[in-house]
Amino acid sequence: MEELFRIENLSKSFGNKKVLQNINLKIFRGEIFAFMGPSGVGKTTMLRLLNLLETPTSGKLIFNGNDDAILQKNYVMRRMSMLFQRPATFNTSVFNNVAYGLVIRRVDKKTIEKKVIDALALVGLAGYEKQKALTLSGGEAQRMAFARAIVFKPDVLLLDEPTANLDPANVAKIEDIIRKIRSELGTTIIMASHNIYQVRRIADRVGILLNGELIEVNTKEQIFTHPNDARSYAFINGEFIY
Amino acid sequence: MGSVDFLVQGIIKAFELIFSLNPYIMSITGVSIRVSGTATILATLTAIPLAFAISFMQFRGKQALITLINTGLGLPSVFVGLFVFLMIVPIGPFGFLDMVYTQKAMILAQFILITPIITGISLAAIKAVPQSIIETVYTLGGNEKDVVIATLKEARFGIITAVLAGLGRGLAEVGAILIVGGNIARTGSVGGIGEGLSETRTLTTAITSETSKGDLSTSIALGIILISLVLSVNILANYFQRRD
Ligand SMILES: Nc1ncnc2c1ncn2[C@@H]1O[C@H](COP(=O)(O)OP(=O)(O)OP(=O)(O)O)[C@@H](O)[C@H]1O
Ligand SMILES: [Mg+2]
Repeated sequence: MEELFRIENLSKSFGNKKVLQNINLKIFRGEIFAFMGPSGVGKTTMLRLLNLLETPTSGKLIFNGNDDAILQKNYVMRRMSMLFQRPATFNTSVFNNVAYGLVIRRVDKKTIEKKVIDALALVGLAGYEKQKALTLSGGEAQRMAFARAIVFKPDVLLLDEPTANLDPANVAKIEDIIRKIRSELGTTIIMASHNIYQVRRIADRVGILLNGELIEVNTKEQIFTHPNDARSYAFINGEFIY
Repeated sequence: MGSVDFLVQGIIKAFELIFSLNPYIMSITGVSIRVSGTATILATLTAIPLAFAISFMQFRGKQALITLINTGLGLPSVFVGLFVFLMIVPIGPFGFLDMVYTQKAMILAQFILITPIITGISLAAIKAVPQSIIETVYTLGGNEKDVVIATLKEARFGIITAVLAGLGRGLAEVGAILIVGGNIARTGSVGGIGEGLSETRTLTTAITSETSKGDLSTSIALGIILISLVLSVNILANYFQRRD
């Protein structure tokens, strides 16, 4: 398996608050990796560090063999996109929102049109092109943001609670798309979720965060049947321990 | 003549002057629009880059600049007029430019008055763009330039409001342009009222002189035009504010 991210002794603090401590992890090309853990543990922070939106307090982040990803910010950032837990919406049409990543990559107009229409159809928003994005419902806005994040086919897709605002039918739809993107395009998908059922349905490997530490990284099968750490077992079974 | 009569007569005469496109009044309106319009355009071209530089860049003297802008927001226009006048009088540092009592001097004075207003309101509009928009640009592959463009787009209604506020201030302002422009009209008389065509006479400065001369219907006509212009600008500003 080809290594895509290597995280070495990564720590992140906000002021005096230590959020992540000494994280060591490899993420491989083409896998679906899920960070799980209780609310406030640092899942979003982890994804933001990988997307270079946050700089680590200490430690190293190696992307695709680039010894220090942070030094090549623009290059690295162009290769991934992140769906935020609370997506922001540009004050323009749905079409322009989804087209954004293609426009800044100077894709030609015809191709943009086709790709945007396809992406919107994929997330169940066909025909919404002209609607003002700010008038979308919460779930529609999240699906629009999902379409916006995948439309330019990034190598790495970072998904922060990608289905938090959605009804069961749309959850199933988005999960299908995630699986499809990975199998058809080989996209590496790194997600954060506190929904253990979702992680169980779509992830290949899981990392469990607890009290700022990555207490266990394992395949989904192992984590859900024979976790190595008693705390993983407790988390998965809904018995929080602190 | 009763006092109501006198007002009614004045207003009727004023409308006659407006609808007959009286050349004296039209020339004054033209000078107002040209001076304040030009000053607003120049101020906008300065203020928007300034607002972006302050919002996105770190440089020495930034805090002093912000203080200067905030001070500029409340500057009395007569003070600006006096300042510009002292700069451009023949024995002043810029006397060689020969600008006293010209439209150029009026534009300069209004530029100084308006630039802080447009900068200040634009700064607030840019600040109101959430950080998550900027991060969305980055995560979708944008660079610093894309962030600036996206912010400009998100803040567009606020910035348009800022420009219109500047224009409104310019049109309504009287102190500065009176001092540096001198309220000059050509000699002679056009259209049977007032004096010759306006050189540096604007709606506001003309109202002061026509009123003191006692030509009330001309004053009223000028007042109606001034209020209509300022009102239109405000209605437009209001519209864009609500679009936000
Ligand atoms: N910019 C910041 N400044 C200060 N504290 C922050 C900042 N960003 C995150 N934190 C804190 O870091 C901790 C981890 O936050 P994070 O958003 O990563 O948690 P999470 O695991 O994603 O939680 P949730 O499941 O609720 O989304 C929280 O305690 C949060 O308050
Ligand atoms: Mg989170």
